[in-house]
Amino acid sequence: MARTKTVAQMVPGETAVISGFTDEEISVKLLEMGFLPGTAVRFNFTAPFGDPVCVSVSGLDLSLRISEASSITILN
Amino acid sequence: MAEQRILRVALAGKPNSGKSSLFNQLTGLNQKIGNFPGVTVDKRIGLCNLDDKTQAEIIDLPGIYSLYPRTLDEKVVAELLADKNNRQYPDAVVLVADATNLKNCLLLLTQLMDLKLPTVLALNMMDLAAQSGQSIDIQMLTSSLDVPVVMINARSGQGAYELKQALKTKLSPSTKTIFQLDNEIKKVVTKIKDQFHLATDYEAYQFLQQTDNLVFLSEEERNFIRKEAKENQFFPHKYQGAETVMRYGFIQDLLNKVILKTSDPEWKKFSYRIDKVLTHKVWGYLIFFSVLFLIFQSIFAWAQIPMDFIDQSFTALSNMADNNLPDGPLFDLISQGVVPGIGGIIIFIPQIVILFACISILEESGYMARVVFLMDKIMRKFGLNGKSVVPLISGLACAIPAIMATRTIDNWKDRLITIFVTPFMSCSARLPVFTILVALIIPDDKILGFFNYQGLVLMALYILGFLAAIFSAMALQFLIKSKERSYLIMELPTYRKPKWANVGYTILEKTKAFVFEAGKIILAISIVLWVLASYGPGQSMQDAEMRVLSDPTTQGFSQQEIQDHIAAYKLEHSYAGIVGKTIEPVIKPLGYDWKIGIALITSFAAREVFVGTIATIYSLGSSEDQLTIKTRLKREINPETGGPRYTPAVGLSLLVFYTLAMQCMSTLAVVKRETKGWKWPAIQLAYMTAIAYLSAFLVYQSLS
Repeated sequence: MARTKTVAQMVPGETAVISGFTDEEISVKLLEMGFLPGTAVRFNFTAPFGDPVCVSVSGLDLSLRISEASSITILN
Repeated sequence: MAEQRILRVALAGKPNSGKSSLFNQLTGLNQKIGNFPGVTVDKRIGLCNLDDKTQAEIIDLPGIYSLYPRTLDEKVVAELLADKNNRQYPDAVVLVADATNLKNCLLLLTQLMDLKLPTVLALNMMDLAAQSGQSIDIQMLTSSLDVPVVMINARSGQGAYELKQALKTKLSPSTKTIFQLDNEIKKVVTKIKDQFHLATDYEAYQFLQQTDNLVFLSEEERNFIRKEAKENQFFPHKYQGAETVMRYGFIQDLLNKVILKTSDPEWKKFSYRIDKVLTHKVWGYLIFFSVLFLIFQSIFAWAQIPMDFIDQSFTALSNMADNNLPDGPLFDLISQGVVPGIGGIIIFIPQIVILFACISILEESGYMARVVFLMDKIMRKFGLNGKSVVPLISGLACAIPAIMATRTIDNWKDRLITIFVTPFMSCSARLPVFTILVALIIPDDKILGFFNYQGLVLMALYILGFLAAIFSAMALQFLIKSKERSYLIMELPTYRKPKWANVGYTILEKTKAFVFEAGKIILAISIVLWVLASYGPGQSMQDAEMRVLSDPTTQGFSQQEIQDHIAAYKLEHSYAGIVGKTIEPVIKPLGYDWKIGIALITSFAAREVFVGTIATIYSLGSSEDQLTIKTRLKREINPETGGPRYTPAVGLSLLVFYTLAMQCMSTLAVVKRETKGWKWPAIQLAYMTAIAYLSAFLVYQSLS
């Protein structure tokens, strides 16, 4: 099986589809914010030190720490 | 007037949905702050007349995305809405939704519908939604949800009338149930529902999901629920995720029906362009530090003018009362204890007003979220939060408003650490102590013909305070245990022009909270300190004048000099003087004598009092003239050594002590208010005093 890619590995401007989560505890919060499997997520930009990052999902612009972003797996 | 019907209404919605604006619109100045039991979040309650016969008591709930809390403060929402026996249990809920982003806002609405709470959906920011090109079929939305929908503009107040009309009518809960329990958990939910006589499945489900959060449940009841959950293999996280997915499935279907035209993503372009600059790796920090400098400058320098005015007015008032009131202990208490005590509270208001004006503009405009975004990585290393930056920098002016500003930090642990370390930042009250002592022991020479020694020492003291704050924060992040996991899943709201009325309400709220809550404690302690410094055991106070006059060394003194000596004698023989002498053995290793001991006691009221006390104890009257005090202190001889009392070792030891010690009752009072108890201020006082004592001890012992 190929290694799964996560939101943390995306580059600014990239869009992908959310496939799932690797951390159950964070996933419930992420789901509430609209990170739903099958939804498109856009990677906007990173903070100056590469962490946190800004992404758009379900019409919201959100900041995520890299640790949080790396728990969201994507397909693209 | 006819008997009024009182309707309890709760405002719910996600952060940045305009909930607070609506609250201010509905209640105006009829608002007050209360407490939710057990947590540190303020409960904002206001009154609003719906018509002649109906008055609504409106409660502004913390901004939340769903009933499941992410922070301790958010727990109050589920606690309130899942407890029908709560005195505050609302008759109706207004869900404030951001129309430009309905999807996220409707999640909470579907939960309220399942709790069968009578709810009105208030669609806010319809103007922005229209600008973005979005159009919504309101009728379809109303009928699909079976919830009344009102369009409002919380900033201008449009739609407030319609909302009041909707609340006035007998609201009934939606007939729709969104979350369908699956068969696996149906049995356990039904059992809980029967056991607790609940009206809806979803309440029972919340009992299962949030057993630990719902404080109204007794330990026995919780154990019952836990046992049932375990036997029926109920895993909260798994079901919570499934619930959210199911709700969003419903919401997406609904939006596909009611959104006639989707918004054009172009409308956010302007906001993105600003972000390009404000989160830039060079410009972003440059702009942020300029903003910080501006805030610091305004509380440090601009607040000085009204503060001096307040100081002078209260001194004049105290003197006037002293001259006009008859003699007697009660009148002395008023003119010398109570009036200056109140002055000591009022004097903080200019700084509080200015800082909260700045902070609420940053919050309202959406810039605060970017500050967190920029600073999170750096601050995390020290156990702090991106939002800790503003309180820490403000602490350089005054810890009082700075600690009040930590409210913006959602995570309780991060907030507590910020509160704990902020008083280490060298505030403006330390400056009078610093300047006098630095001038006394450090030569006014230049190093390399450029750097002034005194300036260098002053700077070193500021750096010492900063380092103490940072290292304490680093240590505390391991010491304070927290079950709460820290997240930064935070919305970066679209930039907006601040609404000035909201800025005004914030200032008013913070000032009131300070004056009425922390103010009580400050007044009480300042009166106690005044009594300690003005009264002594036995006849010592009454005898003061006679003793001084009969002392041969005072012969030939002017009237003023004799008065000054009497004041010094009184202070020496007061209770504070006795305490100062008693603690002499303890402070001797730091190089201090009992005179400094007295100043340490009295300056617990506020650090700058050190200067005034030193002036009194050395018979200089209430002179605060630096040169006079400096010359007098230079002459003071240490009887044990025969050399000067204020050697560089003593001076530096005092400087270090004042940099690190708490020595400010107002800060303690504010910490007590912000942490809702005496536990943290007590730990903080002990910790800071211990650090200050040890450091001063090391400095004195290594230099002398």
